[in-house]
Amino acid sequence: MLTKRIIPCLDIKDGRTVKGTNFVNLRDAGDPVELGAIYAREGADELVFLDITATVDERKTLIELVRKVAHTVNIPFTVGGGISSIADVSALLNAGADKISINSSAVRNPDLVDELAQEFGSQCIVVAIDTRFVDGEHIVHTHGGRRPTELRTLAWAKEIENRGAGEILLTSMDTDGTKAGFAIELTAQISGAANIPVIASGGAGSMAHFVDVFTTGKADAGLAASIFHFKEIEIPALKRFLSQQGIPMRTTA
Amino acid sequence: MKTVIIKYNAGNVQSVMYALERIGASYLLTDDEAEIRSADKVIFPGVGEASTAMAYLRQRGLDKVIPSLKQPVLGTCVGMQLLCRYSEEGNTTCMGVFDVDVRRFPATPGFKVPHTGWNNLTTMQGPLTEGLTENPYVYFVHSYCADVCPETIAVCDYVRPFSAMLHRDNFYAAQFHAEISGNVGQRILENFLDVDKRT
Repeated sequence: MLTKRIIPCLDIKDGRTVKGTNFVNLRDAGDPVELGAIYAREGADELVFLDITATVDERKTLIELVRKVAHTVNIPFTVGGGISSIADVSALLNAGADKISINSSAVRNPDLVDELAQEFGSQCIVVAIDTRFVDGEHIVHTHGGRRPTELRTLAWAKEIENRGAGEILLTSMDTDGTKAGFAIELTAQISGAANIPVIASGGAGSMAHFVDVFTTGKADAGLAASIFHFKEIEIPALKRFLSQQGIPMRTTA
Repeated sequence: MKTVIIKYNAGNVQSVMYALERIGASYLLTDDEAEIRSADKVIFPGVGEASTAMAYLRQRGLDKVIPSLKQPVLGTCVGMQLLCRYSEEGNTTCMGVFDVDVRRFPATPGFKVPHTGWNNLTTMQGPLTEGLTENPYVYFVHSYCADVCPETIAVCDYVRPFSAMLHRDNFYAAQFHAEISGNVGQRILENFLDVDKRT
């Protein structure tokens, strides 16, 4: 049976993880390669590396990092942040990334989604949507959720699917950082309408929140950052709990 | 031991190269017929569209080379599909090593296409899945699949049961991405690399 996926997200700046972590057994808490490898060993189903820097020099650092991750980790991983061209994607895939994620650049230039899907195949093109509830409507935002666009979230999700996106990474800026649970209703609406997988992000604070997002929320995958980094929730325990709740999970021997 | 990865216009070759490096296996990435023929093991990877990939192989004569190989060959994902008789994707006549056709998952409520993520293998047979625990999980991304047939050596179920792995003579194939399927995928690749000791 196809399982639901648990995905830790690592924020990267200058080739290092940004937010602190609580891994006592980590030699270097800022090393994304080591942290990624630990998550993979613990049973994470995929990894997302989000580069929050943008300068040319820092891109080179990112490529080097991607190469190291690919050498170390034997599960799929996605790289996102500052990607706006076929050349950017080509460099990341050649360095060993399995998928890339675009966000603001897709909003600025929706044709980019078609171009990337045609060039590299839909399977490696994730489109991230940052959304916020404004005046009774879910509106797509850019710039880390600060800048509203004209786009309605559901219509935009359908559009990027039609343009060839392989997956949607849906982050609710309303729930992000609150630890009060995922945006269940919105996730269910988007996942119910899309025929591509939806990764829900923003708001995970307890194991029960993952149950909600996988059942009522119809999400195909759940993504979180700090709760994993600070070991508030450990992945093996989370997957055991979800299994017991009847949610299909990949078990690793 | 000489392992060759066949170089063609399908993506994802990098992931296969890294996977081999992780298990300490050396390899050569090439589309040269003599190099391919002299290899001990041949890996034929693939991500992309079937008709475009097949056209590229034909242009270089690789569509004749690959089915005539005598050493162990492993096709993965689109590489597996191209070793079948025919693919609905782009109405493509493929190489016909395996006596089965490749069809799109029928639109079915509750089943997204592509089939994306971790799913388990059942009814496993043969040397490639040796040493694995029961019903192990591997990573899939595909919209087309081969039916279950006499050459099936592992089954996966999504919408309906389909061939997750095929085997005939020296040819092996996997629909999933062994190269990013965790320790299970790693074991399958290792098993392939010393398959002659296991058969």
